[in-house]
Amino acid sequence: KLIPKAHYGGRHAVTMLPGGGIGPECMGYVRDIFKYIGAPVDFEVVNIDPNVDNDHDVQYAITTIKRNGVGIKGNIETKSEAAYVTSRNVALRNELDMYAYVMNCKSFPGVTTRHKDINISIIRQNTEGEYAMLEHESVHGVVESMKVVTASNSERVARFAFEYAKRNGRKKVTTVHKANIMKLSDGLFLETSRKMAEQYPDIEHNDMIIDNCCMQLVAKPHQFDVMLMTNLYGSIVSNVVCGLLGGAGLLSGRNYGDHYAVFEPGTRNTGTAIAGKNVANPIAMINASIDMLEHLGHFCHADLIRNAVNKTCNVDKILTPDVGGTASSTDVVNAIIACMSKEYGTFFPC
Amino acid sequence: RTGSAQYSSGVRKVTLIPGHGIGPEITVAVQKIFEAAKVPIAWDEVDVTAVRGPDGKFGIPQKAIDSVNANKIGLKGPLMTPVGKGYRSLNLALRKEFDLYANVRPCKSLEGIKTLYDNVDVVTIRENTEGEYSGIEHEIVDGVVQSIKLITEEASKRVAEFAFQFAKDNNRKKVTAVHKANIMRMSDGLFLRCCREMATKYSEIKFEERYLDTVCLNMVQDPSKFDVLVMPNLYGDIMSDMCSGLVGGLGLTPSGNIGKNGALFESVHGTAPTIAGKDLANPTALLLSAVMMLRYMKLNEHADKVQNACFNVLREGKVLTGDLGGKSKCSEYTQEIIKNLK
Ligand SMILES: Nc1ncnc2c1ncn2[C@@H]1O[C@H](COP(=O)(O)OP(=O)(O)OP(=O)(O)O)[C@@H](O)[C@H]1O
Ligand SMILES: Nc1ncnc2c1ncn2[C@@H]1O[C@H](COP(=O)(O)OP(=O)(O)OP(=O)(O)O)[C@@H](O)[C@H]1O
Ligand SMILES: [Mg+2]
Ligand SMILES: [Mg+2]
Repeated sequence: KLIPKAHYGGRHAVTMLPGGGIGPECMGYVRDIFKYIGAPVDFEVVNIDPNVDNDHDVQYAITTIKRNGVGIKGNIETKSEAAYVTSRNVALRNELDMYAYVMNCKSFPGVTTRHKDINISIIRQNTEGEYAMLEHESVHGVVESMKVVTASNSERVARFAFEYAKRNGRKKVTTVHKANIMKLSDGLFLETSRKMAEQYPDIEHNDMIIDNCCMQLVAKPHQFDVMLMTNLYGSIVSNVVCGLLGGAGLLSGRNYGDHYAVFEPGTRNTGTAIAGKNVANPIAMINASIDMLEHLGHFCHADLIRNAVNKTCNVDKILTPDVGGTASSTDVVNAIIACMSKEYGTFFPC
Repeated sequence: RTGSAQYSSGVRKVTLIPGHGIGPEITVAVQKIFEAAKVPIAWDEVDVTAVRGPDGKFGIPQKAIDSVNANKIGLKGPLMTPVGKGYRSLNLALRKEFDLYANVRPCKSLEGIKTLYDNVDVVTIRENTEGEYSGIEHEIVDGVVQSIKLITEEASKRVAEFAFQFAKDNNRKKVTAVHKANIMRMSDGLFLRCCREMATKYSEIKFEERYLDTVCLNMVQDPSKFDVLVMPNLYGDIMSDMCSGLVGGLGLTPSGNIGKNGALFESVHGTAPTIAGKDLANPTALLLSAVMMLRYMKLNEHADKVQNACFNVLREGKVLTGDLGGKSKCSEYTQEIIKNLK
């Protein structure tokens, strides 16, 4: 759907937003790996100061993503607790109209977890719902927070989910909602996805209430295939599934709109407490960079890194402490690079 | 006038709402066990099948309302809300009528119940009256719908206070406020501030604040990180079910609704129409809810007695209902618990 903008000699410019916490160090690892294999990507780095209240940095970041078409990001912090300051991550997604968020959740055989062989794709509405950030205090001590659901956005993301299922050979889409309580808003989302399902007779469609869904996820996760949901439920479900697969440090997430795509670690954590200690799991960000390479059409480079990540995590089991290992972040990155060099020396087949 | 009868004699009156589907049979199980354990309770059984009120809408019969108002305490099985216009959810109506503002759900790993988690011991406390369940919704223009989440200082404060008091009364160490104030800055921000304020009055209880999504992530990885959790309505709904999932499902987890005008203890599972009337249902959730009720009434000895008998039977694992992989009937399981009463 998207036509990434290529530059000189097939190279791409990509906006890089390191964000706070472990973001900068993880971006450093991505750059090391890209440099080693000569990935044809030039990063345009934009740092966003978390302490200022104005959004000049964010606006600049948005401009460069509009120019490049593609971005990779860590979690951007918004230090201010003031109500008028909106979350920068939300502002970025909204202004670029990236209405769909995709997380592929596949078990890592090398990581010990309670459930094995999970393979769930989460598709989340990414720009409205509970994240509308429209709130006001009617009288002192009484606050209203608006959740906005529109037919047009529900339809776009529903179509995205079913198209995704079709293209990836998936069998079933489950819409997650709370339409028994939020009859109009979640009702609209559910109805829209039901209508969409009629256009995809080969794909099974069912729906589940969010509380029951979370209970089912922790007990019987294998019943799920593709899951479709509104914004907040997406945040909940993706964190539950990430937890089941070994935590925040493994999976990547993709923000898509009709014009732009931004790649990031799936659960959007900052990791403030572990920053700068060489313990953060670099895999989530590296996976985000693989997603990005694929999006740009650099499949060979993407496969090169993916195979090395797979060998490092699942065969050699060189893992950081969050997934039960003892390796440092740099140990893992060096192992990934060593994998590639062992196989190809310095002449990569791309 | 109201409630005075409870304290005049040793026997206290409790409103009993057997409910629908498997409700009646699991209620009988609880009654039998309580009788055998000589629990000093007299049941005041009422029917809450919806009746048409003067406004033309279906609602709870007045007799049931009067009973809870008089006794101030009740035990209830699952209720069925017919789908269709004019019916309000009976559960919601009961909650509103008695202003049951805090929903408490302890989730604890039970010996003998095999799940993937064996170290769960958390209590979720959910604000029960507002938030996303305010019911205020409208379609502004064609295809654009708004739902309003309502957070008030008053409701947030009282549930926060309840959580800390509960932690103190039950020898708990820590209260975690679960929120999403990075996104819902004003609404969840207000809830969070109320919790912070209350924390300063309970210095013996540790307080921490966590994002909802991070709690989800950490809970499924290591539930032992958490103790008592307090949160707005929807988050509580979701977290409480998820925690139930960790310990083996809704057939096992008790629940209590605490309010200004009374307390109502209930099993949180549904009416299970497919197995109703066949003596197959598992009464454990309702029984443990009744045990929670005994503790609320400060009948701790009786509570321990019944709970120990129930846990013994589960631990032995010989007489279990079908949902737990056993072959026994509800009545056989009930008898086995009675046999274990000491
Ligand atoms: N890449 C990673 N490797 C290892 N652990 C991680 C990684 N990312 C997140 N975590 C862990 O997941 C948990 C949740 O992360 P999160 O970013 O929400 O925490 P935080 O940084 O303390 O909070 P905040 O988001 O307010 O900065 C933390 O315990 C964090 O250490
Ligand atoms: N106490 C119980 N004992 C045994 N099985 C139970 C119990 N509660 C629930 N179940 C099982 O779990 C399944 C889901 O139960 P639940 O009653 O919550 O939903 P339901 O059947 O749709 O009822 P409702 O419409 O009232 O919510 C049922 O099919 C039932 O077999
Ligand atoms: Mg975070
Ligand atoms: Mg529920």
